[in-house]
Amino acid sequence: MQEAVRLSMEEPAQGYQLRVVREVLLALLAKEASHGYQLRARLQLALGPLAEALNAGHVYVTLTRLEKAGLVTSERVGQADRPDRKVYELTAAGRARVTDWLEDTSWPKPAPAEFHLKLVAAAAAGLADPVRLVDAQRHALLAGLAVAQRAALAEPDGSIAGLLLEGVVLRLQADLRWLEACARYWNATKGRS
Amino acid sequence: MNANESLPRVGPVLRTSGLEKEYGHGEGLVRAVDAVELEVASGETLAVMGPSGCGKSTLLHLLGGLERPTAGEVWLAGRRIDELSEKALARLRRHAIGFVFQAFHLMDELTAAENVELPALLAGRSPRAARRRAAELLEEVGLTDRKEHLPSALSGGQRQRVAIARALSNDPLVVLADEPTGNLDSAATLDVLRLLESLRSTGQTLLIVTHDARIAATADRLISMRDGTFVEETRLTHGPTGRLAELAGLER
Repeated sequence: MQEAVRLSMEEPAQGYQLRVVREVLLALLAKEASHGYQLRARLQLALGPLAEALNAGHVYVTLTRLEKAGLVTSERVGQADRPDRKVYELTAAGRARVTDWLEDTSWPKPAPAEFHLKLVAAAAAGLADPVRLVDAQRHALLAGLAVAQRAALAEPDGSIAGLLLEGVVLRLQADLRWLEACARYWNATKGRS
Repeated sequence: MNANESLPRVGPVLRTSGLEKEYGHGEGLVRAVDAVELEVASGETLAVMGPSGCGKSTLLHLLGGLERPTAGEVWLAGRRIDELSEKALARLRRHAIGFVFQAFHLMDELTAAENVELPALLAGRSPRAARRRAAELLEEVGLTDRKEHLPSALSGGQRQRVAIARALSNDPLVVLADEPTGNLDSAATLDVLRLLESLRSTGQTLLIVTHDARIAATADRLISMRDGTFVEETRLTHGPTGRLAELAGLER
C-alpha cells in the first residue's frame, strides 16, 4: 500500500508547464479582459507544436490562483446555449506585476558550469574519459537538435512558433559548439599525459 | 537498362566488415580506418561525425570505391566491391553511387543542366532521357530557372544543389556526401539542409560525412568517429513533443 502511494506521488503531472505562466497570463490580460479559453488560444498559437505538451487545465487553475491573489477579478457572463463563462480582468496589483516582469532581465539557466565540473571531476578521479563523456553529451544534444530542427522545418514561413523553434535550434547549436571546444581541450590533455 | 535493377534489394544497401585503411610505413604508419563494422539500411540517412583526421572521409572513399581498403570487405547491395577490377569499380561508381563533395566538383564549362545530364550520358542513357531526367532533378532542387547557367554564375548553395541533382542522375543505390556544406554560409546551408531532409523523406539511402551539427541532425542515425573507429551511435528518431517542450524551457 505504502508503495502504491509513493508511486502515485512520483507520477509526473499531466503535461508541461510554463514557469512564468502567471506573468504571461497577466500580460495577455493587460490590453483587455478575456475568457480563459481566449488566453489558451493565444498561448497555443505562440507555442505551435509545443502547445501539445502543455497541460490543458493549467491556464484555468492559474487564473483561479491569480484571482485569489488579487491580481485579477472575474465576472460570470451568461451564454445562450452553454454554461456561463468567466471573463477575467487585470487589477492594479496585476498590472504592477506585469510591469515588473517586463523589466526583469534574468535569463533562464544555461548550464555549462555543471557539465564543465563533471568533466574536471571525472578526469581528476580517473572515473571516466572526459572525451567519451563529451561524445555522449553531444549525441544527446544532437538528438534534441534533430527533434527541434524537424519541427522548425515543418513550420510555414513567418510562423510565430517557428521563431521560438529557431531559438531552440540556435541555443543547441551554441551548446554543441562549446562541446567541440571541450572535446578538443580534453583530447589534447590526453596527448600530454 | 538500369544496372541497379539487377542487384538484389534485400539486406543492407551498404555493409562493411573488419574494414581497415592504413597509410605510410613504420613509424609513420597511420591507421585511418580501424576495424569498422557498418550497415546502412535501404532508405536510411546516416550521418558520420568526428574531428578532422578521424578517418571519416577515408571511410566514405572506401565505401564509394574511390580507395581500396588495406583489409576487410565492402558490400554494396549484396555484392562485394572491394575486390572488383578498376574497370568494374568505375562502372559501379557511375551506375550505383552518387557522390557529393565539399568543393562541388562541377564542370566549369558545362551549364547546370549539362552537368546533371553528364552521369546519365556516361552510363549509356539516351541524350533525350538524360535531358528529361536532368530537368526533373533541377526542378526538385529548385533550380529550373538556373539550368542554362554556368557554375560560375551560380552561388555556392546553388552549385551544391546542382551537384546533388547530378548525384541523383542515375538513381543511385546510395548517395555519399562528404562535408556537403563545408564551403557554404548559413543561408546556403539551410537550402541544402531542406534538400537533404526532402531526400530523406523520399527514401533515398544517404550517407553524410559532416561536422555541421544541423546537417547531422537531419539523419535517421548518427555515428561519431575518433581515431578511425566508431565511438558513439544514436538513433535520431522523432522524439515526443515533451522533449521539444523541455528544450524550449517548459517544465514538468
